[in-house]
Amino acid sequence: MKSQETVILDANEAVASVAYRLSEVIAIYPITPSSPMGEWSDQWKEERKPNLWGSVPLIAELQSEGGAAGAMHGALQAGALSTTFTASQGLLLMIPNMYKIAGELTANVMHVTARALATHALSIFGDHSDVMGCRSTGYAMLCSNSVQEAADLALVAHIATLESRVPFLHFFDGFRTSHEVNKILPISDEDIRALLDEQTIVAHKQRALSPDRPILRGTAQNPDVFFQAREACNPFYLATPAIVQDVMDRFGRQTGRSYKLFDYVGAADADRVIILMGSGAGAAEEAITYLTGTGEKVGILKVRLFRPFDASAFLSALPSTVRSIAVLDRTKEPGSLGEPLYQDVITAIAEGAADGTLHFESQPRVVGGRYGLSSKEFTPAMVKGIFEELSKARAKNHFTIGIDDDVTHTSLAYDPEFSTEDPRTIRALFYGLGSDGTVGANKNSIKIIGSETDNFAQGYFVYDSKKSGSITTSHLRFGPQPITSTYLITQANFIACHQFSFLERMDVLTAAAPGAVFLLNSPYGADEIWAHLPRKTQATILDRKLQFYVIDGYTVAQTAGMGNRINTIMQTCFFAISGVLPREEAIQQIKKAIKKTYGKRGDAVVQQNFDAVDAALAHLHKVDVPGIVSATFDILPAIPAGAPPFVRDVLGTIAAGYGDSLPVSALAAGGTFPTGTAQWEKRNIAQHIPVWDEAICIQCGKCVMVCPHAVIRAKVFDAKLAASAPATFKTAKPKWRGMEQDLYSLQVSPEDCTGCQLCVEVCPVKSKSEAKHKALNMEVQAPLRSEENKNWAFFESLPSVDRSLVNANQVKDIQLLDPLFEFSGACAGCGETAYVKLLTQLFGDRLYIANATGCSSIYGGNLPTTPYTVNKQGRGPTWSNSLFEDNAEFGLGMRLAVDQQKQHAEELLKRLTPILGEELVTGTLSADQSTEAGIEQQRERVAKIKSVLEAASAGVTASDVLGLAAIADSLVRKSVWILGGDGWAYDIGFGGLDHVLASGQNINVLVLDTEVYSNTGGQMSKSTPRGAVAKFAAGGKPNSKKDLAMEAVSYGSVYVARVAMGGSDMQTVKAFQEAEAHNGPSIILAYSHCIAHGYDLIHGLDQQKAAVQSGYWPLMRYNPALREEGKNPFQLDSKAPSIPLKEYAYREARYTMLARSHPDVAKELLHEAQDDVERQWRVYSARAAMPGRGETPHIAPPEKEEDLVAVGKGREEQ
Amino acid sequence: MIDLSTEYLGMKLKGPLMVSSTPLSESIHNVRLMEDCGASAVVLSSIFEEQLSLESRALDHDLSRGTESFPESLSYFPDLDDYRAGIDTYLSHLVRVRGSVSIPILASINGATAGGWVRFAQEVEAAGADALELNTYSLATDPRIPGSEVERHLIELVSQVRATVKIPVAVKLSPQFTSLPNVAAQLDKAGVNGLVLFNRFYQPEFDIEELSVVPRLNLSRPEELLLRLHWTAILYGNISADLAITGGVHSAEDVLKGIMAGASVTMMASAIHLHGIEHIASVLSEVQRWMEDHEYASIRQMRGALSRRSVPDPSPFERGNYIKTLSSYTMRRPALQ
Repeated sequence: MKSQETVILDANEAVASVAYRLSEVIAIYPITPSSPMGEWSDQWKEERKPNLWGSVPLIAELQSEGGAAGAMHGALQAGALSTTFTASQGLLLMIPNMYKIAGELTANVMHVTARALATHALSIFGDHSDVMGCRSTGYAMLCSNSVQEAADLALVAHIATLESRVPFLHFFDGFRTSHEVNKILPISDEDIRALLDEQTIVAHKQRALSPDRPILRGTAQNPDVFFQAREACNPFYLATPAIVQDVMDRFGRQTGRSYKLFDYVGAADADRVIILMGSGAGAAEEAITYLTGTGEKVGILKVRLFRPFDASAFLSALPSTVRSIAVLDRTKEPGSLGEPLYQDVITAIAEGAADGTLHFESQPRVVGGRYGLSSKEFTPAMVKGIFEELSKARAKNHFTIGIDDDVTHTSLAYDPEFSTEDPRTIRALFYGLGSDGTVGANKNSIKIIGSETDNFAQGYFVYDSKKSGSITTSHLRFGPQPITSTYLITQANFIACHQFSFLERMDVLTAAAPGAVFLLNSPYGADEIWAHLPRKTQATILDRKLQFYVIDGYTVAQTAGMGNRINTIMQTCFFAISGVLPREEAIQQIKKAIKKTYGKRGDAVVQQNFDAVDAALAHLHKVDVPGIVSATFDILPAIPAGAPPFVRDVLGTIAAGYGDSLPVSALAAGGTFPTGTAQWEKRNIAQHIPVWDEAICIQCGKCVMVCPHAVIRAKVFDAKLAASAPATFKTAKPKWRGMEQDLYSLQVSPEDCTGCQLCVEVCPVKSKSEAKHKALNMEVQAPLRSEENKNWAFFESLPSVDRSLVNANQVKDIQLLDPLFEFSGACAGCGETAYVKLLTQLFGDRLYIANATGCSSIYGGNLPTTPYTVNKQGRGPTWSNSLFEDNAEFGLGMRLAVDQQKQHAEELLKRLTPILGEELVTGTLSADQSTEAGIEQQRERVAKIKSVLEAASAGVTASDVLGLAAIADSLVRKSVWILGGDGWAYDIGFGGLDHVLASGQNINVLVLDTEVYSNTGGQMSKSTPRGAVAKFAAGGKPNSKKDLAMEAVSYGSVYVARVAMGGSDMQTVKAFQEAEAHNGPSIILAYSHCIAHGYDLIHGLDQQKAAVQSGYWPLMRYNPALREEGKNPFQLDSKAPSIPLKEYAYREARYTMLARSHPDVAKELLHEAQDDVERQWRVYSARAAMPGRGETPHIAPPEKEEDLVAVGKGREEQ
Repeated sequence: MIDLSTEYLGMKLKGPLMVSSTPLSESIHNVRLMEDCGASAVVLSSIFEEQLSLESRALDHDLSRGTESFPESLSYFPDLDDYRAGIDTYLSHLVRVRGSVSIPILASINGATAGGWVRFAQEVEAAGADALELNTYSLATDPRIPGSEVERHLIELVSQVRATVKIPVAVKLSPQFTSLPNVAAQLDKAGVNGLVLFNRFYQPEFDIEELSVVPRLNLSRPEELLLRLHWTAILYGNISADLAITGGVHSAEDVLKGIMAGASVTMMASAIHLHGIEHIASVLSEVQRWMEDHEYASIRQMRGALSRRSVPDPSPFERGNYIKTLSSYTMRRPALQ
C-alpha cells in the first residue's frame, strides 16, 4: 500500500480510464448516462493517449448498440481485448451478443451505467431494470456502489474476466454514481500491472480465431449434443466467485481498499439486515453507522458479485443473529413472485435450510421491497423506516419505499425528517440556469476544495426537463470525512440562488438549515431587496435566522464583457462568504482554475473572467434584514389555478418540483397523458421579447413560420370583436383580398417566448427612416409582461380563421392556421420545432405521430407538459414514442392499423346501408378528401353516421352497429408521420426506415436532420458532414455525409424532398403538402440548425440559407406523381452554388474548432468537402436536367470539361 | 550599373519597392514570388488584437452554449487539447515565411490595448521579424475625446512598443491629424525608425436597396498617391525617421515620384491585386529604364529631389497652392463644357 494523490472526477471518467488502458478495441454508441465513457475514450484516442501496452486503442462508433456488441464480439473472437459502454435500451440491444460472448467463454468486460428501461415511459435515470434483464446471459455481474468503487471494481472486472474466461458486466448506478463528482484515489498503471497476469492475455489471444491455427466456433448443434455442450461451461462459473474474491484480495493488498463478494456492515449481532446493491448502499451505510451508534442491532449486506451468485459466501456474510431480512431491488418485475435479488436470497436461504448448512440461530424471515426506480431518492430516513418495518412481527412483503402507494398499499411509512448528515460536512445548494455557468463553476469549486484542502468533496447536479431556460440545482458537500451520502441535500448550510426570477415561482429556501447563508443574485441592492421578496421567502429568512447576501451578478458580468455568464462571479462570492478557504487564497485558486479551464480559448476570455472575479467582491453586500414579513405578494404556483384539475394538481405539482410527493393514484396506469398542457406552464424565461410595429408590417407571415416555440401568431378577425380588446392590443388592416373589412393582429405570448430572436432576424421589413427598426423589434419583457399577457388572452379568445378559406400553399396564409404544437421546452431558437409546428398547422387535426427517441421525443413528450395540443374542436396530433431503433416500423404499424380500420369501416358501411341510407353511404365512400373542405364534409358525414347508428335498431346485427360506431372516425382521411432525428434515420433506425420506404404504404417520414445525435450531446452520426467536429469525431469527421435523399430516390416510388426553411420557406411548404398528398411513402429531410453546431442560433436561418447557397444543402423534390404527367420527377429547387463551402461552414464552431486545433487537417477536409459539394451538385443537376419523365439511365456528366477534350484527342490520335 | 538599393529602418533593401500589408502574403508561395519579382521587403498582413479577442470570446461562447443545461447533453463538443489563436497562426506563418525568403519580412500589428501592443511586439520579434510596422488605424467616434487625447494615446503606445523591442519600428499613420508634422515629430522623438504614409480607411458601402451598410475595402487608386506625395515632401528632411509611401503606388512613375518626394521606399498592394505579383518586376524594370533614360545612377540620388525643401518654389505645398488650383479650376470649367 502507498500514499497517493487524489483526483476529483465522476465515475464515468474513472471507469473509462481503467477500461481504456486495458483495451485494444472499444466499440461505442451514445446512450445516456454512459455516453461520457465513449466520449472520454474518443478524446484520449485523439490525444494519442496510450493504453497499458503503449498503443492507442481503436475506437469505433457503430450504428447502434446491437452493432457495438457485434463489433466487440468480432474483435474478441479475433483476439483483441475489447470493451463497450452502454445502458438501458442499449444494453437490451446487446443481449443477443452477450449470450454468444458468454456462451463462447470469452474474456470481456462491458461497463454499464444502470438505467431504467422504457416501459410506461422512457426514463434516462438510474435503476437496475436494464442489468437485471441480462442476468440470464451468462455474464458475471459486478456492482459498484460509489465513484471510488466504480474505479476499483472496473479493474477487478477486467482482471477477473481474463482469469475466469467468464465475461463481466460491471455496473454502477446511472447519474447517482456515473455523474457524481467525488474525491477518489485513482487507479494507477502500477496498480493495473500489479494485478494483471500477462499470461492471461496471451491465453485470451491463443483462444482467438486465426488462419494460422484455424478453428471453427459458432456452430449449429442438434438435440444430440447441444444440452451437454451447454453444461460444459459449469466449471468456469463455479470457479468465478473465488477468482473474483482472489482478485479483490490482491487489489486490497495493492491499494489498501478491500472488497468482498458480499460486504457486511453493521452490528455483529444484528437481528435485522437489509440486503442491496448499488449507490443506495451509501445512504444505507450512513444510516447503519448512525443507528448502531444508538445501540440498534442492525446491519446491511452489500452485494457486489451478483452473478455468479455464490450462495455460500452470501450466507456466511450474514450474522448468525439475524431474524429478519429486507432485500431491496432497484427494479420492478410485474407479476413475479418478487424481484431478482429477493428471489436469489430466498433461494439461497431455502437451499441452505434444505441442506442444513444455515448458521442462523433461527431461520430469518425475508421480505422484498422495491426502491429508487428511475433515480428516485433513497435516504437514510427510508433505511430507518425499513428497519422499523423489520421489527414488526409480520413485516410487509413486496413493499415499496420512497413513494406513497395509495392504490395497492405497498409503500412503507418513514420519517422524512430523520437525518444522518455529518455536522462537520458543509452542505451547499446552488440554483442556476443552464446558460449561466453555475454547474461548471461548482465543478471547479469542488476541484479547488478537494485538491487544495484536506477536505473530501462531492458534487451532484440535478437538471429539469427543459432544454431552454432549464433550472439546475447543484448539491455540493465538503468535509473532513469521505462523503458517501448518495442522496440530495435537504438541510443546507449555504444556499445560492443565481437567478432572481426563480423566487417568483420557487421556494429556494426549502432546504435552508437554521442559520444558513443565503446568497442571491439580485438586480436590487441590499437596502431595497427586502421589498422584492415574496412573503414565504421573507418568513423563512426570519424564522431560520438566515444570513442574507446580495450581489448584482449580471451588472458585474456585463461590465466584464461576459454577457450572462455569472459563474465565476457567484463562485467568488461563495468562497468569500463560506470561508471554506481564506479569501485571498480562494481567489488565487479560482483564477488558477479559470486559467486552466479557459486558457486554451484565449487570453481575452481568461482576462474577462479575472476582471469579473476582481469586481465581484466589491458588489457583494450583506443585507440588514428587517424584523418583519412585509411583502404583500407570495410565491406563485407553477401552473395557475384556472388550469384543468389534472394539469393543475398533478402536472402543476411536477412543474413546481414536488413530483416526489405525488401518490400512485395521481398517475394513470399505462402512461397516458392529455395533450394541450404546455400552455399552462408559463416559464417566463425571455428577458427580451419581440414587439410588433403594425404600421410597417407587410403581414408576410415569415415570423410566424419560423418561430420555434409558436409564441408569435397571427389572426384575421371580424372588426366588431375588437370592441372588447385591451387598450394596448394592436391591429392592422389585413392584406388579403376580400378581408379588407376585418382586422389583422400579430401577437406574442410574453411568458412563453424564449427570446430567441429568430422572428426579428427573418423579418424582411425595415423602417424607411431608421434602417435598424423592423416590423418586429426586441424589447425588454418585464415592463411589457402584464399588458401583453392581457393582449395574448384576448388574442386567444378570438376565433380561428376558417381553414377552407386559407391557401395552405402560401407562407402568408399558413400564419393563420392554428399551430397544434406550442411552447416546447426545446433549445431557444431550435431548428427542428418550426418544421414540427408547420406539420401540425397543415395536418394537425388528423395527425398520427410516431416519434423516434431523441430531442423531438424529449421536447415532445417529457413531463410535466407536452407542446402537442388541440384545436377548438378538440382535435389534434396524437403522439407516441416506441423506441429509438424501431420508429419507422412503429409508424408503419400505425398506418396499417388506420388503413385496416378504414377498410373494415367501409365494409360495415355497405352492410349498414339499410339503416344509413344509400346517399350517406355512397357519399361517404366516394368522398373527395383532397381538400380541407372535402375533409370537413366527410367529418360531417361521419358525425351523421354516428348519430344514425346511435338510434339504429332493427335489421342489422348489434355487432356491426357497435363496430362501425367504434371505427367510423377512420373514414376521415388521416395523416401518419414518422418523426425522428438523423441518429435514428441514418444510423440506428436505418434498416427499418429503408424497409418502410420500400413498403409502398402511405406513410410520411420527417427527418429533423441536425447532423449529430443532438439529444445525447452531439455525437457523430452518418449524417455528420465531412470536416465537422463532433463527439466520437474529435479529429473532424473524415468521410462524407450519407445522401439519404438519393438512397430514397433510388426506389422511384418514394416522394423525397430536401428542405431548409431558411433556404426557401415556400419550397418547404410545397414539400410538406406534396409528401402528404403522395399516396405512398414519402420522406422529407429537413435541415435543422442546432445548438450542437456551435453558433448563436439567432443566425440559424441565415446559416440555412448559406447551406443552400453553398450547394451543401441543395433543395430538391422528387415527386413520382410527376412521372405520370410525363415530367421529370426530380426537381432541383435551389440555384447552383454561389458561395464557397467555407463561407457557410466557417461560421460554425463545429468546423472552426478543427481549423483552430488542427489547421492542416481542417484544410484538407474542407477541400474534400468542397469536392463533395461539387460532385453532389453535378449529380443533382444532371438528374434534374433529364428530359421527359426523367427515366433516362442515370449518368452524371464527366466531372471536368477538360476530361472530355482529353478523351476526344486521344480518340483522334488512335 | 544603376543602383536601385535603398535603406529603410536601418535595413539595406535591394530596391525601392516593397509589398505592403496584403492577404496575398498569407501564402508562402506568393511571398517567394514577390521576392523573385524584385520586391525588396514584405510587410505581412496585420494581426488585430480585437480580432483575437473576438475570436477567443466567440470560441468560448460557441463551446459553452447550451452546456450543463440538460442531463443527456451536458456538452456538445469534445474538448480538444488546444486551440491555436490567431496570433499562433500568425507567428508560425512569420517563421515559415522568414525561412523561405532572404528579403526582410516585417510584421504588422494592430493592438487595441497597451498590453496587447507590447505583447504582440515581443512575440513577433521573438519569431524573427526583421522589423515591425505598427498599424495605428483607429477611428475616433466618441465626441468626448479630443484630438489631443488621440495623439497622446498614440505616442504613448508607440513609446511603449519602442521601449520593448530591439528590432526597428515603423508607424503606419492615418492622414487625419490636425498637425501631421507635429505628430511626426513626436513619433520621431519617441524613437520610431520610420513613418509609413498612409493607412487607408475601410469605408462602408451603403446598400439603398437592402437599407444596409456593409464594410468594404476598395483597392487603392493612383490618385490617392498625391496625398502621400504631398505629406512625404513636407516631412522629408524635417524628421530623422525614414519615410515610406503606401497607397496609390501603381506604376513605375508612382515609385519615382514617391522617392523624389522623399520616401526611402514605396509600397505596393492594390496594383498587385489588379495585375498580379509579376507586376512588381515590370514596374521595377520600368523604373530602371526611366532612370537610365534620365541618367540617374541611384535611388539615393533622386530621394527627396522634389521635396518641399528641394524645390525652387515650395508654394505648391502650401496655402497658395489651394488658391491657385481653385482659380485655375474655375477658369477651366467653361472650356470643359
